[in-house]
Amino acid sequence: MRDLHKRYGDYEAVRGIDISVQRGEVFGLLGPNGAGKTTTVEILEGYRTRTSGEVSVLGQDPAKRSIELRRRIGIVLQSGGIYSHITPREALRHWASFYPHPRDVEEVLALSGLQEKADERSRTLSGGQLRRLDFALALVGDPELIFLDEPTTGFDPEARRAAWETVRSLQELGKTILLTTHYLEEAQALADRVAIVKDGRVLAIGPPRELGVGAAHYRVAYRDRDGELVERETDDPTGLLHELTGEALAEGRRLEELSVGRPTLEDVYLELTADA
Amino acid sequence: MPDALALGWRQYRLERKMFWRNPSAAFFNFALPLLFLAGAGAALSGNQHQLNRLVPMIAGMSVMSTTFTALAYNIVFLRERGVLKRIRGTPLPTISYFGGVAANAVTNTALQITIIVLAGRAFFGIGWPLHWAALIVFVVVGVVCFAALGVAFAHAIPNFESTAAYVNAVFLPVVAISFYVFDSSSAPGFVRTIAEALPLKPLIDGLSGAMVTGAGLGSHLDALAVIALWGIFGLYLAIRGFSWEAARS
Repeated sequence: MRDLHKRYGDYEAVRGIDISVQRGEVFGLLGPNGAGKTTTVEILEGYRTRTSGEVSVLGQDPAKRSIELRRRIGIVLQSGGIYSHITPREALRHWASFYPHPRDVEEVLALSGLQEKADERSRTLSGGQLRRLDFALALVGDPELIFLDEPTTGFDPEARRAAWETVRSLQELGKTILLTTHYLEEAQALADRVAIVKDGRVLAIGPPRELGVGAAHYRVAYRDRDGELVERETDDPTGLLHELTGEALAEGRRLEELSVGRPTLEDVYLELTADA
Repeated sequence: MPDALALGWRQYRLERKMFWRNPSAAFFNFALPLLFLAGAGAALSGNQHQLNRLVPMIAGMSVMSTTFTALAYNIVFLRERGVLKRIRGTPLPTISYFGGVAANAVTNTALQITIIVLAGRAFFGIGWPLHWAALIVFVVVGVVCFAALGVAFAHAIPNFESTAAYVNAVFLPVVAISFYVFDSSSAPGFVRTIAEALPLKPLIDGLSGAMVTGAGLGSHLDALAVIALWGIFGLYLAIRGFSWEAARS
């Protein structure tokens, strides 16, 4: 997409986003709520029309909403419902019938961990189980490109790991994935590349590791001889640690609460989203 | 196109299955008019003149409840729950989806009218319909009209919790005024004018002619025109204002 804009009345939700996602890539849109992530993804999914800019999804304009394009994409909405009285197996069979080359329903049930609930009414499923059904319904058509809008929001850590495993297995199958998240560790764990979005603009784009390498490469924290917590940033942690430990040994002190850290995506994120 | 047809059929079968699994919908859309018929029919037992009026009134009400009420409920529920939005993201053709949904409503109407015709013959001293063709035409036009109005009306309902209030605010007064004017020759002129301009009273007139009095299509062309006009109006609003997703809060 190039120079994508979306305006709602006087409010411009997306103000010029340029992103190009490669085939087979897991791409993350990371940003706070209201950054324009969902609007952007929903334009790509064909739910919304853009105000201006160029968009191409698998070589097609999503605004035309062609059935051919929708056969090749899978969508996990931020909040999508399902009939109360349908069972996961029935829903998957029904959804599979929409696609020319669907995956095997039993296989998708197993992949999404829903076998035990396969014949229960959906209204008896827990939130986490419903989310797995969301994944399963998006995958059953065997799409090339999968959109995941805040896929693990509200998950407990265990469910989140399970969802991450699913995403990784899709990546191994060569699927292209565009996911939005406001969880930094999620972008870090899953995405090959990340675009950090705020106020409808891209602040930074690149592999999470490279984005993490900002001005400060390493962050060393400890308590000094007055008990004050000190945090120092350095390009050369070995030298700094040698200096610190040398001083401490000489004075017979312990370096209380010593830690050495790489800046996380969170640091970059905070740095970038703090209004400069 | 055969693909769209096959998918529409699958959607229809799913809608049927979901309908019967939801006891409250099955009750309100299906059993209620029949209970009305049984109750009022028993009370009026022996009074053939009254029974002759009751049966087409209930038939008209059935058409309205299986289409207008049922679709307004369904569309609002599916929209607010995000089911419509999810379906919109799949390759299911829009025509197949709505074909399935509409066929489901039509099946319910057809079942109800069949039951009412059979009950009329078995219990209420009314023979077989005198004009099958007129019966079918009025039911079909009535279904299209009220189904379209139901979908259009769903646009006006802001959330699922208020659906019952909105639907009944329309359904009950329309049923009441239409029944009253149909049944009473002494209704005030302006009340009669209102009822004649709404689609239910003309539908009951047409059904009454087909089922009881033997007045065929020809003598109810004006009634048919009123229903058809409402149908066109309803279709226009239904398509124009259709929303696949809940308004963002």
